[in-house]
Amino acid sequence: MTVRVQQQDFDVGAEIAALRADRPAVGAIASFIGTVRDLNDGSDVAALTLEHYPGMTELALEDLCAQARQRWDLVDLTVIHRYGPLAPGDQIVLVAVASAHRGEAFAACEFAVDLLKTRAPFWKKERTSQGERWVQARAGDDTAAARWTLPE
Amino acid sequence: MRVELLFFAGLREALGTAGETVELPHAMTAGELREWLCARGGVWAETLAGDRSLQVAVARRMADARTLIAEGDEVAFFPPVTGG
Repeated sequence: MTVRVQQQDFDVGAEIAALRADRPAVGAIASFIGTVRDLNDGSDVAALTLEHYPGMTELALEDLCAQARQRWDLVDLTVIHRYGPLAPGDQIVLVAVASAHRGEAFAACEFAVDLLKTRAPFWKKERTSQGERWVQARAGDDTAAARWTLPE
Repeated sequence: MRVELLFFAGLREALGTAGETVELPHAMTAGELREWLCARGGVWAETLAGDRSLQVAVARRMADARTLIAEGDEVAFFPPVTGG
């Protein structure tokens, strides 16, 4: 399991190659890359700053990876999330999941993204021509995360 | 009971502080701690009011209003997260 919280950019190809290396059991890799959009709520985004909670961010990402491994039969996962100053078009996050078959890889990848959107302590601040503002959480993110809740 | 408070993002800006150490009069839940802070009045009451959407972490794990706080715990309040 690879979890990294870092300022610098990541190389998707290199990370996926590392995920597959020496693992003949891997038959499927599903991945998600989140990037900075240059338009949000009608305003041009000039820059984005990602704040995070040092000490908790890694734990939160490791925890959701552990949950994914419990629920699906996976070979491995990689989650890399950046923080700090970012520009439109920049990569923000990578979630990559390797498994024997595609069903688990797709499901676990979507699960991990939905959960990190509601439980990983990051906050985006946009700078637009109108000034700076904190991005508001979307109700759709809570709905997406809630659909993964297992019945009691 | 000593607790380390942390505030992030817009909440930190509204309160004008990134955190503080507080001495709580007794053991309490995260929800009760939020009410205790509201009782300070002013910007604390406004920003931490019950109808404001906030998340809380206790000991660096996402928690909720019912989570019991232990001596020395780090308790963080913040707006709903927006990572990813």
